[in-house]
Order: sequence, then C-alpha cells, then structure tokens
Amino acid sequence: MGRIVLKDVKKSFGETNVIPPLNLEIDDGEFVVFVGPSGCGKSTLLRMIAGLEDLTAGDVEIDGNVVTEVPPSKRGLAMVFQSYALYPHMTVRKNIAFPMRMAGIDEETQKAKIEAAATSLNLTDYLDRKPGQLSGGQRQRVAIGRAIVREPAAFLFDEPLSNLDAALRVGMRLEIMELHEKLKTTMIYVTHDQVEAMTMADKIVVLQAGVIEQVGSPLDLYHAPRNKFVAGFIGSPKMNLFEGEEATKRNAHTIGIRPEHMTVSKTEGLWEGTVGVAEHLGSDTFLHIHETGLMDMMTVRVNGDFAARHGDKIFLTPDENQIHRFDAEGMRIE
Amino acid sequence: MAIVAQHTKFSKIAWPVLAWVVALIFFFPIFYMVLTSFKTDADAVKPEFLFSFTPTLENYANMTENYDYWRFARNSVITAVSATIFTLVVAVPCAYAMAFNPTRATKDILMWMLSTKMLPAAAVLYPMIFMTKAAGLYDTHFLIIMVLSLINLPIVIWMLFTYFKDIPKDIIEAGKMDGLNTWGEVREILIPLAWGGIASTALLCFIFCWNEAYWTVRLTTTDAATLSKLIEGNRAPEGLFFGRLSAVSTAAVGPIVVLGWFCQKQLVQGLTFGAVK
Ligand SMILES: Nc1ncnc2c1ncn2[C@@H]1O[C@H](COP(=O)(O)OP(=O)(O)O)[C@@H](O)[C@H]1O
Ligand SMILES: [Mg+2]
Repeated sequence: MGRIVLKDVKKSFGETNVIPPLNLEIDDGEFVVFVGPSGCGKSTLLRMIAGLEDLTAGDVEIDGNVVTEVPPSKRGLAMVFQSYALYPHMTVRKNIAFPMRMAGIDEETQKAKIEAAATSLNLTDYLDRKPGQLSGGQRQRVAIGRAIVREPAAFLFDEPLSNLDAALRVGMRLEIMELHEKLKTTMIYVTHDQVEAMTMADKIVVLQAGVIEQVGSPLDLYHAPRNKFVAGFIGSPKMNLFEGEEATKRNAHTIGIRPEHMTVSKTEGLWEGTVGVAEHLGSDTFLHIHETGLMDMMTVRVNGDFAARHGDKIFLTPDENQIHRFDAEGMRIE
Repeated sequence: MAIVAQHTKFSKIAWPVLAWVVALIFFFPIFYMVLTSFKTDADAVKPEFLFSFTPTLENYANMTENYDYWRFARNSVITAVSATIFTLVVAVPCAYAMAFNPTRATKDILMWMLSTKMLPAAAVLYPMIFMTKAAGLYDTHFLIIMVLSLINLPIVIWMLFTYFKDIPKDIIEAGKMDGLNTWGEVREILIPLAWGGIASTALLCFIFCWNEAYWTVRLTTTDAATLSKLIEGNRAPEGLFFGRLSAVSTAAVGPIVVLGWFCQKQLVQGLTFGAVK
C-alpha cells in the first residue's frame, strides 16, 4: 500500500520560504510526476516525503499514519537519486542486497531477490563489479534494483534520468513505466522535463515557486490548463500566448493557441506573418513566424514536410475551438 | 633553438643537483645524530673525528641499562596510541556532523577550533602546572593523553572534515533511505569510504603525539615521562654528553621514522587525493 497525503506542509530554509503550506493526495498505485522549472521546490517536496528534509509545519501521512517525526529509514519508501548514489565500495550485488541486509532478511531470500532483480534489469553479468566500472545507464539500473528489492510502499525518483544521454533516457523512461505496470506500486517522480511528465504520469503536479499550479492527468493539463503558467509549461513546442486586440475580440485578456492547432497557408488566412527559422523533422515541420503583430515570434507545427524558406510570407488560421482564454490574473476562462 | 636546448640541459642537471643539496642539508642533522650515537662522548666533541673513530655500542648499552629507555618508550607508546584513539573517537563524529549536517555556525566553529592553535603554549604553562598539580593529575598518563588529544583535535577534525566533505551527501542519504541509523551511516558508509583519509590522519596524529615535547617534558617527572623527556633529561644536567644524547635521540626518533617510512605511500595518498576518487 502507498497512499500518501500531504497536509499543509510548509518548508523554509531560514528566512526563505520554499514551500508555502501545500496540500496534496497521492493514491495507492498512482504514478505521480512533480514537474516545474528548476528551483521551484520539487526536490524539496520529495525529500520532505522521504524524511530527508524536516517539515517547518504540517504533516505527511503514509497509509493513514502520520510519519512527520519518523526517520527516513522507517518510512518504508525507496528513493532513486539523480546521481545514482550507489555505494562505491560495494559490488553491484552488495548494493542491491544492502537494504535487505539492513532489514534483516535471510540470505536465501536475498539471493533469490537479487537474481530476480538482476534478470529483469539486465544486470546479471555485472553483479560482481563495482559501480565505478559501470556505465551511467547500468548504474541507474542498479539504483532501481536496490529500490525494488525492498518492496517499498512507494518509489521516489528525483530526476533519475537527467544524467543520461538522450537515447538512453527514452529507453529508461520506458523501463520505469514497465516497472510501474508490473509492480503497481505508488511512484512519485520529479522532473523538470515536461515531456517526461506527459509521457509517464497518471497524474501531474505542476509546481512553480513551491505553489501547486495544477494537478491533473496529462490530457487535462493539455486541454484545460488552469492558468497561463501551466499553458506555457505543458506542451512542446510551447503554446503561443499573447494579449491585444485579438484577445479582446474573444472576451479575454490573454489568449493562447498551441502550435499544432493552427493551419498554415501561403495564400490566405486570419493572421499574416513572415517565416523565420524552419525546423524540418521529417514527420513534422516547426515554423517560427515573425511580424504577425501578435507576439514576437509565433511557433506553428505542420504535419509532414512543409516547404518554406526564410522570409516567405505566410498565413495562419487558428482552430477557434482550441483557443485558450485567460483573464487579467492569468486564470483560465471557460 | 640552441638557447632552448642549453636551457633544458641546464635544468636537467641543475634541478637534481639542487634537490640533492637541499635534501642533504636537511638530512645532515639526522645523519650526524646517528653517526655520533656510535661515538664515545670524548670522540663526539672532536670535529676531526667526523668519520674517523672507533664505533661503539656503549651508548646504547648504557641507555638501556642505566637510563631506563624501555620505561620511557613504553610511556611514549601508551600516551601516543591512547591519545590518537581518543582523538579519533571524538573527531570522527564531530567531523561527520559538520560535514553532513552543517549549520550556519559550522564555518565559524571550524575557524575557532583552528584559532586555538594560535595561543602560545608558553602563555598557559604556569597555570597548567599549578592546576594539574592541584588536581593531582601532574605526571600521570591520563594528563598526557588528554593534553596530546586536545592539542591535536583541531587539526584532526579539520583533516577528517575535508575527507568527509568529499563523500557525496546523496550516498549518505541513500543509506538513510535503505534503513541506516546514524551509527550505521558511520560504520557502513563513512568509515569504509574515508578509510584512506582516516588512516593517514591517525598516522599523522600519532606522529605529532610521539614527537610532542613542550608539554610532555614540562608536565611529567617520572611516571608518565616519554622519550622526549628522556632526551631532555640527557641534555643539561650532566654537561655535554653528545654521544649518549645522540643515542637516546636516535632511539627516540627511530620508531617513528621507520613507521613513517612504511606508511609513506599511504600518507602521501591520504594527504593529496580525495577519499572516493
Ligand atoms: N539546504 C538548502 N538551504 C537553503 N536553500 C535551499 C536548500 N535546498 C534547497 N534550497 C532552495 O530551495 C529552492 C528549491 O530547491 P529544490 O527543491 O532543489 O528545487 P528543484 O528540485 O525544483 O530544482 C531553491 O531555491 C533552492 O535554492
Ligand atoms: Mg531538484
């Protein structure tokens, strides 16, 4: 079981308040992603759940028990760090066995679990190596192995893939998702990468300066961002957000349109602009449009290839149903 | 071209020569001491006998038979070993706390500890003698062990602190998550990872304790007197017995030089490389 509830949790480092009182419920078995720009307090929040950081106020509950005063070793949670944090003086086998040894699990069970973890994580050939002799991806797998064998109430991941190169990152992302499908254990995953958040999460928690901006499923956040910040943060390329006449016309202070929700034409359309840089991905083309009179640079996404050169005139037509409207405070207007 | 070639040729010869000269200058007193220890007191004071003399073991025999060398040596071992152990027992938790749970005061405390080394020992000599005599601690092993420990604590804590700081905090935190309490962190992670650093710190502390002379000479008479006291005792009262003094000194520094020699590699490694790299 791994239902985690944060009740009015608050964290200050001296004078600076990093997490204002915040409430959050995480259901058993959920894959929750904390996402937000760097320095917004994601790690701090995760570490408060882990018990590595004291709470200034409020309570953390795991499965109905208040654990605020319980040390990390007794909370029954496992954590995977960005730096892997393997024990460099122990072999892979000993690293994986470590939490079981601490829990006093008998040698036979330990052996069986190490074998099972090593097989599922492709580490069988490396069990007798030291962490220093492994690649980044293998190290991260050892860290995950070390976390699984103790069958925690929940897994905590703090940017576990940030130190890996792009190709490995995608692979490991899938492995972690597979793991979640298999174990059905609660996972809390911290990242600054909204693509990771969108692809992995059951539930995304968007944070900015310690404040929860929105909680919801990836598609909730995509289709109905609660405010301008979430609108701009979720989605890639970013939503085009602008004020002015076009917004007023639609009874809003600011309007937003995603790059994929506009049609492009060389002859006619609602808005006119000049092509700047064009990024050809093969499957898609991202056009950066200048001189629209709406905003500095507008991004539009066209399916397939689109022949456009720097300086070409271009016309854009938004899908009116896909325009997001925001009031003067930046909150969504339904 | 020619100038460059000449230059490199020059440095190829000049630097080693210079290094040897410096090394010999530094080594000469030790060499002189060892050499003199094999001379009779009469031979020792005659400069023309630097090399031409009849070697004798008389000084060494004398030292063990008449001057109780082994008692002093035993006191040196007892005080230096105990003080080193005690210092580490205090310093490891101290450095651990400062490295992994620093507060805003940590930096200041470190500076303050170092600043205690700036107090001239002579300034507190008489208060120390009066107080220890009044407390009945004068000339006891306990006193010398405490004094040696307190003298060395600041530097030992500093050294351990720098080694511990090299250990990533994440690893300690992973240990916490995996079920370690504070003592477990020290035993399972800190000591294994900082082993090289702890060993070279301990060795250095032991050497400092062994060589300490100011306090061991002044706060002991017989019971807790160390080899430093033996050397001191053979200097003034009976005039200039260079042969005997040299033998005593050689026997006093001998063990530490041998120890240092064997641990050289360990020491250099501990002092120059981080703990985990
Ligand atoms: N130990 C600390 N002392 C003081 N400030 C800290 C400490 N840890 C984090 N902070 C501050 O708290 C804020 C949030 O940090 P963090 O949770 O690491 O952000 P994120 O993981 O979202 O990048 C940052 O502004 C950071 O400077
Ligand atoms: Mg972080």
